[in-house]
Amino acid sequence: MTLFEEVPVTTAEEIPVRRVEMRVNGETRAANIEPRLLLAHLIRNGMQLTGTHTGCDTTNCGACTVLFDGQPVKSCTMFAVQADGHEITTVEGLATASELHPIQEGFKDEHGLQCGFCTPGMMLSAKALLDENPNPTEDEVRWALSGNLCRCTGYQNIVKAVLWAAEKMRGDEPASEDAADGGGEA
Amino acid sequence: MFPSRFRYEAPSSLGEAVALLASHDDSKVLAGGQSLIPMMKLRFASPALLVDINNIPGLDQHGAQPDGSYRIGALVRHADLEKSTTLGEHQPTIAAAAPLIADPIVRTRGTFVGSVCHADPQGDWASCLVALDGSIVAHGPTGRRTIPVDDFVTGPFQTVLAPDEIAVEAVIGAASGSRKGGYLKLERRVGDFATVGVAVALEMSGSTVTKAGIGLTGVGSATINAREAADAIVGSSLGDDEIAVAAEAAAAASSPRSDHRGSADYKRHVVATFVGRLLAQHQPAEAEVA
Ligand SMILES: Cc1cc2nc3c(=O)[nH]c(=O)nc-3n(C[C@H](O)[C@H](O)[C@H](O)COP(=O)(O)OP(=O)(O)OC[C@H]3O[C@@H](n4cnc5c(N)ncnc54)[C@H](O)[C@@H]3O)c2cc1C
Ligand code: FES
Ligand code: FES
Repeated sequence: MTLFEEVPVTTAEEIPVRRVEMRVNGETRAANIEPRLLLAHLIRNGMQLTGTHTGCDTTNCGACTVLFDGQPVKSCTMFAVQADGHEITTVEGLATASELHPIQEGFKDEHGLQCGFCTPGMMLSAKALLDENPNPTEDEVRWALSGNLCRCTGYQNIVKAVLWAAEKMRGDEPASEDAADGGGEA
Repeated sequence: MFPSRFRYEAPSSLGEAVALLASHDDSKVLAGGQSLIPMMKLRFASPALLVDINNIPGLDQHGAQPDGSYRIGALVRHADLEKSTTLGEHQPTIAAAAPLIADPIVRTRGTFVGSVCHADPQGDWASCLVALDGSIVAHGPTGRRTIPVDDFVTGPFQTVLAPDEIAVEAVIGAASGSRKGGYLKLERRVGDFATVGVAVALEMSGSTVTKAGIGLTGVGSATINAREAADAIVGSSLGDDEIAVAAEAAAAASSPRSDHRGSADYKRHVVATFVGRLLAQHQPAEAEVA
């Protein structure tokens, strides 16, 4: 038996199994789990929501960031049982069936990713920021993302992507890359 | 990485939590989990029973009390302090340190009180509490006791808390004059522990310092209370000479080790520089002196 299988409650005597229920991306999900199961593993392996990445597994990189009641947390540093009764948002919760979230659009438009490994965590930290502060300065964006590490981009385009999304979410039409190129800047 | 197996309880009252802690000789409190969970994953810690205090109501408040003291409950997160709009006017040292703890994601979970209980010599909050001459209130089976922070921490990662006691709040006494102070931290990057951290807390009557505390982070095997340095400025109006004496005394009180963050000499120099900078911020303005 692996840690991720739903453990029948009858084995509760040998393994302290608990039943938990949480809202994940707006849906109620229940699981019988061992307390030592990390939230990141319940999300990735138990719920098959593999958009949440585990980069370092040592609380340093932020790739595993999800929103816990709207606040960014490192899901590799929280037990899944702690999410009982709480609201979790993963990167899969950003887009609707037909439309990308403006933050995702921003990352696409501004080339905010290269390998994409850090991207889900970046997007959720960005969402927490924009929910609280719809009109952040560049410094505020950099500050809010300072717990998320990226090995590829050098951060410039990630910051641009978040500022682009902020503009879009405020109802302004952000200047897209293509339009800027078309303007003959290059 | 998986921690070893443990039983998990998340009681909704302090009484239940204390009873659970007492029910097993290998139990531990789980607060923000930002130090304990990494340690459990590395199996530096493997408690048999984890008592999660996050569901206990009433521990998430901080603020000035009618008696002038300032209280920080056990579930006040680093981010609550960072985002507070009222903390700065009451507790400038704590307000200055809050944005410098760990990184923004760790700050949404980690707690002030949990950090002091963790007693990491690299912890920034213990230095602030030392500078402010604060205490920890512990709740156990027989009631509550208030423990001054100097007595609370007994060594690296060690405190006087009994296994069935929960730290319910940190308390900072009322100031006799106006409270001034700050925190400076040298870190290699966001989320790194301090190469050097210095907490300064002053109580001032006009331009005279009536009480002072200086706490040092990361420059010894425990948080350092630089008492001689603080004594050098009590009664003064923070003249350049007194500041220089305090800065040197603080550097002398530190006992840093050379490591990947810098040489011992360098760190001692940073201690003196930071003490000097923090104190100079509260020198009376030129015009007042003349
Ligand atoms: C990447 C990273 C960077 C960090 N950087 C910094 C930094 O720069 N500066 C800094 O100061 N800290 C830093 N930390 C540590 C962080 O501040 C932790 O939040 C803090 O040390 C512990 O608080 P906690 O609430 O998370 O406690 P937990 O991890 O839950 O507990 C820590 C210990 O204290 C005990 N404990 C906790 N609360 C109580 C209580 N109320 N009563 C009794 N016992 C209790 C627990 O049993 C455990 O032994 C960092 C952590 C990480 C992961
Ligand atoms: S995987 Fe959680 S912080 Fe890196
Ligand atoms: S895009 Fe590769 S780590 Fe950020």
